[in-house]
Amino acid sequence: MELLILLGLPLFGALLLAVFGARTWAPELNVLVSLATFIAGCILTVKVIADGPMVVLQDQFFVDPFNVFIVALTAFVSFTTSLFSRPYMRIETEHGRLNPMRLRLYHSMFQLFMFTMLLALLTNNMGILWVAMEAATLSTVLLVSLYRTAASLEAAWKYFILCGVGIAQALFGTILLYFAAEKVLGGEGMNALLWTHLDGVKHQLEPTVLAISFVFLLVGYGTKVGLAPLHNWLPDAHAEGPTPVSAVLSGLLLNVALYAVIRCKVLVEGSVRSELPGQMLMLFGLLSVVIAVFMLWRQKDIKRLFAYSSIEHMGIITFAFGMGGPVANFAALLHMTVHSLTKSAIFFAVGHATQKAGTQMMDQISGLLTVSPRIGWGLMLGSLAILGLPPFGVFASEFLILTTAMRDQPWAAPILLLALGIAFAAIFSRVQPMVFGDPSVKPLTHRPALLPVFAHLALVLMLGVYIPPFLAQWYRLAAALIGG
Amino acid sequence: MTLPWSAQLIHLSAALLLLLSFAMLAQRRVRSLVNLFAAQGATLVVSTVIVAWSSGQHHLYYSAAMTLVLKVFLLPAILHRLIRRLEVQWDTETLVNIPTVLLIGLLVVIFSFGLAQPISQFADTVTRSTLGIAIAVVLLAFLMMITRRKAVSQVVGFLAMENGLFFAATSATYGMPMVVELGIALDVLVGVFILGIFFFQIREQFESLDLHHLETLKED
Repeated sequence: MELLILLGLPLFGALLLAVFGARTWAPELNVLVSLATFIAGCILTVKVIADGPMVVLQDQFFVDPFNVFIVALTAFVSFTTSLFSRPYMRIETEHGRLNPMRLRLYHSMFQLFMFTMLLALLTNNMGILWVAMEAATLSTVLLVSLYRTAASLEAAWKYFILCGVGIAQALFGTILLYFAAEKVLGGEGMNALLWTHLDGVKHQLEPTVLAISFVFLLVGYGTKVGLAPLHNWLPDAHAEGPTPVSAVLSGLLLNVALYAVIRCKVLVEGSVRSELPGQMLMLFGLLSVVIAVFMLWRQKDIKRLFAYSSIEHMGIITFAFGMGGPVANFAALLHMTVHSLTKSAIFFAVGHATQKAGTQMMDQISGLLTVSPRIGWGLMLGSLAILGLPPFGVFASEFLILTTAMRDQPWAAPILLLALGIAFAAIFSRVQPMVFGDPSVKPLTHRPALLPVFAHLALVLMLGVYIPPFLAQWYRLAAALIGG
Repeated sequence: MTLPWSAQLIHLSAALLLLLSFAMLAQRRVRSLVNLFAAQGATLVVSTVIVAWSSGQHHLYYSAAMTLVLKVFLLPAILHRLIRRLEVQWDTETLVNIPTVLLIGLLVVIFSFGLAQPISQFADTVTRSTLGIAIAVVLLAFLMMITRRKAVSQVVGFLAMENGLFFAATSATYGMPMVVELGIALDVLVGVFILGIFFFQIREQFESLDLHHLETLKED
């Protein structure tokens, strides 16, 4: 029941905003729906913590510690993003970049996007997971091109085609999975794609077919995670879309796509009984990290800079899941949480900073600290957090990943360490003159929403120094579910 | 060894599908491309009905009906309408070296049969030998998307890829569960609508649907 309310709220919100999205109070309605979704997510989480995993509606949906934790994160970040987008979109409208019709599209699609992500997380059916991931792409294509500029249209086209092709590979992988599953779960027909059923018989699934299917699934969903070499859509889509969209794409969609990869990995690993799936994840993860940090140096646009940083961090998380084992999985889940919170906080700060400067070019933004100390500090602290400086949570998770890598995969540890060092130099050297330096920015017409920035950073700081026992327990359960 | 005639018919339609994929690869005119796509959809319907009849899988009749409505009538009609409204009837691909692309296509087919080999030996459907063709159709559509510069041709390539995937699902497993197939059909339909909106946005901005305008976002 809680689950249906949680799924129904954003869907209902999307319909409501499709009608009223152009009104002056639409941003508040958007916040309200997101808040309700967040509360529903919390109730579901509490229930799962208390009663353990549950399967509902003839096994079509299921909730376990692994997905409920991403559900809670998704609902929370979408709520704070709606808070941020309230003043942000009003300022954009006053700058003449948006009109009420596009605002309506934005609000409605924002809620629809939340619905597709929650559906992808909660469904038990690997086929529906695919459908929801594709729907998530479709609902965001028009958001990326919201400004209708030449660059944003190009970004949206690239996003649609690359992710469409990628996700077609994932569909083929799903077909192969079904093919293997039908041999074992034959009589059930309809239910042969249900993850909980597959998980029970994963040792009997045909290893050759599952290995081939995993290649397709990894390439397919990996495109949406932003793993190299199919990451090209990501910086464009992040840089050209409106900033709230960049924040949810980076903080949430990438996580959900990675979730899909990990669900597949659990099944395939059980079947092929070798290191192959893990090794593939490590390889793609490391490749993404290396490519992303070198691209960081060449960026001039601030949103592109942080988009590449997202590719880097998704690479690190993928690498950690690839190593497997309780510690690495724990660290990967923690890193997923802190990256999501930090990166969306950074995008919130960056959004207001670019509005003040009237440009996304980094060399034309300077002296944020003098003109508006709070945006300046938000950006500075956010950058330091994402770069893995203690005592922020990113430090804790990266430290765990690195020490595990030194023990299990000693060859990879120096590469990772070097990449983190290069990323530090690249990002810090750009952010420092933007925050300090002579002021070049002008004031905003609406009060910026900086509460979400500092709320996220405070949470990341807390996760760095103290992980509440219930959360630690939760991560441990989820890590054990992933196994490896 | 002689095969039952239903299997022979399935093989025939599979061969037709492959032939149509090559025809699409060689076709420069945007409008003819949409017609070829409709023909491919029709072949898909025929083969699905034969599979449904010979295997006794009744739910495949529904998939066939859905394919008929969606891929033979609805999508080609939408695309033709778009082409007319956007006035790109006479668009042709000029920069494609057709003979080279066809040669690469041949290699793709050989590769697909190699890839299908280990999978189809586990299959017990009457259609298992067509899995190689299904993979080839997917990859040829992919090749078409890579080599084309017009927005409409790329979308037709995208849809042809989905045709190949549908054929793969029918030949390997007698189709996916109904709820999944409905979801996929919905996604494809919504996708084409969104692309339709998108075409108008692109044309408004660039006065043309040629994608070389969309190649400015590069790392420098």
